[in-house]
Formats: sequence, C-alpha cells, structure tokens
Amino acid sequence: MSVLLSIQGMSHYFGGLKAVSNFNFDVPEGVIYGLIGPNGSGKTTAFNLITGIYRPTEGRVFFQDREITGHKPFRIVHQGIARTFQNLRIFGNMTVLDNVRVARHFRVRSGLVSSLLRLPSFVREEREVRDEAMRLLDIMHLGGRAEEQAKNLPYGELRRLEIVRALATKPKLILLDEPAAGMNPKEVADLMELIKRVRDDFKVTVFLIEHHMKVVMGICERIKVIDFGETIAEGIPAEVGRDPKVLEAYLGRRGA
Amino acid sequence: MGNLRSSRLVTVVAFALSAWRSRRGNLPLPRLLTVAVLLYAVIQLLSRTGILNGYFMIIINRSLVFVILAVSLNLINGIAGQFSLGHMGFAAVGAYVSGSITTLIFMYTSEQVASIGGNIVFVIAIIVGGLAAAVVGFLIGFPSLRLKGDYLAIVTLGFGEIIRTILNNISVVGGPRGLLGIPKFSNFTNIFVFTFLTIVALRNLVQSSYGRALLSIRENEMAAELAGVNTTRGKVMGFAIGAFFAGVAGGLLAHLLQIAHPTQYGFYASALVLIMVYAGGMGSLTGSIIAAFFLTFLTEALRVGIDQLRDRVGIPVGTEWTMVIYALLLILVMLFRTDGLMGMREAKLLVIDERKK
Amino acid sequence: MDSVINAQQIVNGLQLGSIYALIALGYTMVYGIVRLINFAHGDFYMVGAFAAYGAFYLFNAYLGSGGVLAFVVLILAMAASAAIAQLANRLAYKPLRYKPRLSSLVTAIGVSMFLEYLFSALPVIGPNPRGFPEIIPKRMFTVGSAEISNYVVIDITVAAVLMVGLTLLIRRTALGKAMRAVSQDKDAARLMGIDVEKIISATFLIGGAFAGAAGLLAGMTYPRIQPYMGILPGIKAFIAAVLGGIGNIPGAVLGAYIMGLAETFATSYNSLLGEGIAFVILILVLLVRPTGLLGEKTADKI
Repeated sequence: MSVLLSIQGMSHYFGGLKAVSNFNFDVPEGVIYGLIGPNGSGKTTAFNLITGIYRPTEGRVFFQDREITGHKPFRIVHQGIARTFQNLRIFGNMTVLDNVRVARHFRVRSGLVSSLLRLPSFVREEREVRDEAMRLLDIMHLGGRAEEQAKNLPYGELRRLEIVRALATKPKLILLDEPAAGMNPKEVADLMELIKRVRDDFKVTVFLIEHHMKVVMGICERIKVIDFGETIAEGIPAEVGRDPKVLEAYLGRRGA
Repeated sequence: MGNLRSSRLVTVVAFALSAWRSRRGNLPLPRLLTVAVLLYAVIQLLSRTGILNGYFMIIINRSLVFVILAVSLNLINGIAGQFSLGHMGFAAVGAYVSGSITTLIFMYTSEQVASIGGNIVFVIAIIVGGLAAAVVGFLIGFPSLRLKGDYLAIVTLGFGEIIRTILNNISVVGGPRGLLGIPKFSNFTNIFVFTFLTIVALRNLVQSSYGRALLSIRENEMAAELAGVNTTRGKVMGFAIGAFFAGVAGGLLAHLLQIAHPTQYGFYASALVLIMVYAGGMGSLTGSIIAAFFLTFLTEALRVGIDQLRDRVGIPVGTEWTMVIYALLLILVMLFRTDGLMGMREAKLLVIDERKK
Repeated sequence: MDSVINAQQIVNGLQLGSIYALIALGYTMVYGIVRLINFAHGDFYMVGAFAAYGAFYLFNAYLGSGGVLAFVVLILAMAASAAIAQLANRLAYKPLRYKPRLSSLVTAIGVSMFLEYLFSALPVIGPNPRGFPEIIPKRMFTVGSAEISNYVVIDITVAAVLMVGLTLLIRRTALGKAMRAVSQDKDAARLMGIDVEKIISATFLIGGAFAGAAGLLAGMTYPRIQPYMGILPGIKAFIAAVLGGIGNIPGAVLGAYIMGLAETFATSYNSLLGEGIAFVILILVLLVRPTGLLGEKTADKI
C-alpha cells in the first residue's frame, strides 16, 4: 500500500496558542483512516491545514509524493483532496443539483466567452456535467431532490449532499469532518454503510475525524488518537481500543 | 424613405409573429428573441404613429440604459455576492472613453464619411468604453479579495468618488464642465439591441457553470473554494464583467444626452442603481429589469407631479422631493420586503430550459 | 516646498482632526456595538449644524453672542443630532438587527439620502449653502509663525473635553461597562442580564450627540452650511475610524487626527490630492493592515 497523504512535523499556532503540535502521519491509499481525540484537540485544525485554509506554522504536507504545503484550497481540491465540514456549509439558496454541479466547475473546459454565447460545445459540456451530477445524486438517493433548494433539505440529507458535492470533484482522498455529528442511531448505521460504499465504489481513500466511537471502531481500518495537539496512540482499532493512554484521555473522560 | 422603413418594420413583425407561431417549425427563433423583436416592433410602431411621443421615447431609452446598469450591478452584488457602491464609476469610464473617441473622430471627419461609417465607429467606441471600464473593474476587484461586505462597500464608494474627482480635474475632458458635444448616436434601436444583448449574455452567464461558481461564492466562500472554485478569479471576473456592461451603459447614455458630466456619475447615481437592484430582488435579472423600468418612469412621474403641484396648485415644492420619496422607498423595501420584488426568482422567459433538445 | 509642512498647517490639521474625531467616535462606537457602518452618521452632523444655526437665531436676542449662547447652542445641537440618531436607530435599523448585515447598510444609505434630500426639499432650509453666524466673536492672535484664531482653541478644547468625558463614561460607569460587554459579545451580555437594546440606544444617542457637536464646530469654523455638508466629512471620519481600527475608540481619535493632518498637508500641496487623500489612505490601510492601526485581528470560526 502506497502512502497517499503524508504529514511531516506539522505544527500550528494561533497567536501563542498551540493548536496542533508536531503531527506526523501517513494515510495509506485505499483505507478508511480515523483521527480521534477530544474536543479542542486540534482535529479540525489539522483538516484546515491539509486543505490549505490555514498555512502550517511548521512542517510539510505531501499528497501523492508532491508537496502541497501552503497551496490555496482550490488548488488542493484540484489535486484530488475533497472535504466536508463539521458544521454544514451548503449553498442554501441553490438547488441540490447546482450544489453538486459547482464542484464540477473547475473541470469545465469551455471558456467564459463560449458560455456567454452558449456555443454548442459549451451546451454539450453543460449537459455532461448535469448528467454526471444527476448520476451521483441518484447513487446517493438524492436524485428526487435535485431541483429543490438545498436549504429545504432535512439535516441527514444535507450531510449526504455535502459528501456528494465532495465526491463530484473526483477526489482521491476525501476528508470527513465529524460526519455522524447530530445523527440518530439509524442514520449513523446508514452513514457507515455509505462511507464504506464511497471507498469501495469510488475508489476513494477516506480520512475522517469523529467523536462517535462506534463509527470509528466500526469502519476505520487505521486509527490515530490525539490529545492537546499531540499523538497518543496509533494503530488498528483493536489495538488502540486497548491502549491505556487512550482509555484515560479519551474513552475514560467520555465514559465519566 | 419613411415608407421603406415602415415596410421593413412590417416584415420584421410578420417574421416574428410567424416564428412565434411555428416554434417547432422551420423557424426555431428562441422565445426570448421573439418577444424582444415583438416588443421592439410595437414600441417602434407606436412611436412612428405618434402615439408614443418623443418625450416618452426619451424615458424609454433612459429606462433601457438603467436596465443595463441594474442587471450588471446585480451580477456583482446579487449573483457574486460582492458589494459595489461605485457602479456609476464604471459607467463614467465607459461614457468618457467612448465619448472621447467619437468626439475626436467626428471632429475631423466630413459628414458624408460620418453618415456611412458612423454607426460602426459608434459601436466600436461603445465596446472600447466597456473594455476600459472592465479593466478598471478588474483592478477594483482586487480589494474584494481581502474585503467583505461593508468594507468593500466603502472601498468601491471611494473608488467611485476618486473617478469623479479625477474627471473633475482633467481639463481635456472638460473638467467640471463635462465632456461636451458628443455626437448623438444613441437611439431607441441601438440602445434596445445593446440592452437585449446584455440581458441575454448575463442570463447565459448566470445559468452556466461560471454563473454557478459565482453564486457559490455568494453562498459560502469557503465551501466554494473547497468545491474547487477559484474564488479569487471568480470575484475579479464578476467585477470585470459587471463593469464592462456598466461601461457600455455609460457610453450609450453619453451618446444619448450628448454630454458626459462628472456629477452624473456620483455616489447618488450609484445608489439609484443600487435601489433598483434591491427593489427588484438581489440575484434576479427579471427583478432588476422591472425595477429599472418602474423606477425610471416613477422618477419622471414624480417630476411631472411636482411641477404640476408647483405651477398649477402653487405649492412651493422642489424636485428634491423625488429623491426624498426614493430614499423612503429604499428604506421601506429594506424593512418590509428585504428580498425585493422577485427575490431570487426569474421570469420563465429568462430561464434556460436545460432538459430541452 | 517649505510651505508643505509648517506650524500653521499643523494647527489647521489638528483643528480639522478634532472635528473628524468627534464624528469618527460615533462611527466606531456604533460599529463596535452593532457592526453597522452607519452611512447616515455624517448627516447627523449636518443636522447638528442646522440645529445650531436655528438655535442661534432663537436665542441670539435673549443671550447676546458669547459663551453662554454658545453653550446653549452646543447643547441643543447635540440634543438634535442625538434625537435624529435615535430615531434612525429605532425606525430603520432596529427592525433589521437580525437580518443580514448588508440590509442594514443599504437601509443606512436610504436614511442618509432621506435626511439630505429632506433638508434640501424643506422650504425653510433648501439646497443652497448659507453662511453660519459668528456665535462667538472671532479673534486672531499670532503664536510663533502661526496665525491662530480663538476658534482653533475652541474646537480642540470642546473635542478634548467631550473625549475625556466619553473615556470616563466608558471606563468608570456601569453604562460604559455594559457597552464594552455588548461590543464583545451580544449574546453573552444578554445572558448577563444586560438590556442590549438599551445599550444600543445609548450608543446611538452618544454618537449622535458627538456628531451634533462636530456640526456646530464645523459650522463656526468653516462658516457655510448646506444639506449635503455631511457626506464628505462623514466618509472621511469613517475612514479615520477604519484607519485607527474600527470599533476601537482611541483608534478613531488617532485616525481622525492623522486624517486631519494628512488632508491639510495634502491640500496645501495639491488640491486634487487633498480631495483624494482620504481614499488613498483607506485603500492603503485595507491593503496593508485591514484591521487598522490599533485594531485586533479576528479569526474566522470554521
């Protein structure tokens, strides 16, 4: 298994506050990788550093052996990393279909002028984009919602829509920021199925942050546990689940 | 000559009507074009027969110019979610550039040449004016990369004022007297054509991949960026395109009024266009078109009403009341109908049906 | 070029800066509390100037011209502007408090246009500039190489007294404490039992009153008033607030004095530059240090 994403000595400070400290990890291609840790342990910051929202204070990020440290977010997306957000970031006043089609925009080859004039080549390409977006929505059981304003969708479907939008960029790696947040047990079970399908059907490596132990233990093939910005354990779920430091720092505190 | 023109007009109408009837026949004129041709023909006929007098035609022409200004500002403020308060600054660039070009050329050209090549020169001048405005819009777009909402509003307002100040101080274009003696090239026909083309172009843009990218920036910039949209380029592009059409409108206005004057392009003129965009609905081209017409006619009606009050009834009221009412209207729209007339909806006529064909 | 920077211009710059400071404080306070660029703020200043003008002619006969009259006029100008500011807050801004911020901004533009055109439409006021009376007899005296009028002293002193008063109010009183709390976190302040709307009203009243004082001082100093007189000083004072770091009270004062000095120097160099210097400053600030000189960096929550 080759390494898809490699993070080397990554640290980040907000003012004097250390949010992420000396992160080192490799996400192998094709796995479902989980990053867990209590609130404020630097998980979302790590995602923001990988996706270029912040520039790491120290350290480097490699994707497919190419350095992407400090690239602009959209460039990182173009290279094949997509993500979802912990608190949903949907284009509420656009249709569900358009939410997905936006993610195909950067692959459109027709120029601005041909879009202003609606040249035949452009119309053809638009139709391709539309068909592809519809296909994705159908797979995720959102096809019936295509023409609806995204803001009118229920929460669970919005979470799915964000995943569809991320997939529409045709990523090699997808980062899911607490995908199970706010879901009921039934929805969580569906989500776990969905994540597995994303990996299997779309051949996408999945890297997720999660609070929900059941999700992490249930679907992740590799897990990394952090606390206060530092790694305290790493390995396969069975090992990590037995690690005393993990039990104390994370499970212990939650169980209390 | 008049007869020839009239018969040509009849042909156009017949053509449009047959197209309307045979949408699936061998003349597949798009509906929007059909409606536009009919509208043009009806107004032109009414004007020829004298039912619409010259005064009305002036207001219609002004309305059309404001349609261009409003839809182009809507692209920046409504679609791309930026905030420009200096839209008339772009129009000023277009007006002065195109006005200078035609004025200079026709100062040294005999009338015969002018009558043959005039319209071509005019169209080129208008487009060059638009391009000049687009360049300025492109530059103004840069602050928008770092600024949001109210800060951006102030910067664009400042920019508009800077343009006005500069024009006030350049003596070759007349300084505070304005650029005078611009040849009168704008007429109902060419203004109508430019307006129609602007609407079609912007409709095509908004309902394309590029337009969706702009909308996504408005909706959530970070999510747009992480859906792979180059938000930097998008915003600057939005400003440049909006500015281009504003420049075209400025050029048309200059060649209609035969003057370009710094005060025409100040903050309050920009605010007027802004009112149109808000009253019509942010993000709705249809709304901007309706509001531009309605408010231009309202201005005229108010002006006439005020004159009547003063002259007939003897109440000493000034034309400032027009603006008082405008300002109140803006406040009331914001308080009671924040989404404007149309919200973000479009008339069916302006929606591209993607499932067809 | 020895005329570009000299004592005379420093004095003039400080005088202009004092007036800008009084306006800028209102901008920055309102922005700090409700995050609104109150476009109409410059017009509150205009209202103050007209109120002062009216008050002068009302009371001139009884009080003569001099210190007592000036004080009465000052109080009335401040009261009138405060009242208008509060009216605008209640009628136009309050209903939009929890709508998108740009709606309030657009409404503020509407309020601004409304005041300007209403004043120029009203027959008793009208659009034409009118001279402002000498409320206090003007005297000139020479200090070193600078010609100074007693108005310079009055402008700078009144501004200084008001600013010291404001500082005390914010630092020492319960109201000041509540204002600081609301500006930091409205929701938390509400949970602490602070009546947020009351604090917002107080802010508009104080900001308006300061603008009214500025209106009087400007009327006396540059003795012409008209309904559109608030536009440019309003924008410049706003830019001064941005320069200092919007929402930051000492910043607004600092920015205003820098603006006053810069404008005076620039004008003496070239009048076009004088007209445009404010915007040049604005663009520079926003490109180089968008948070202003004394502003704090705010992080986006993702």
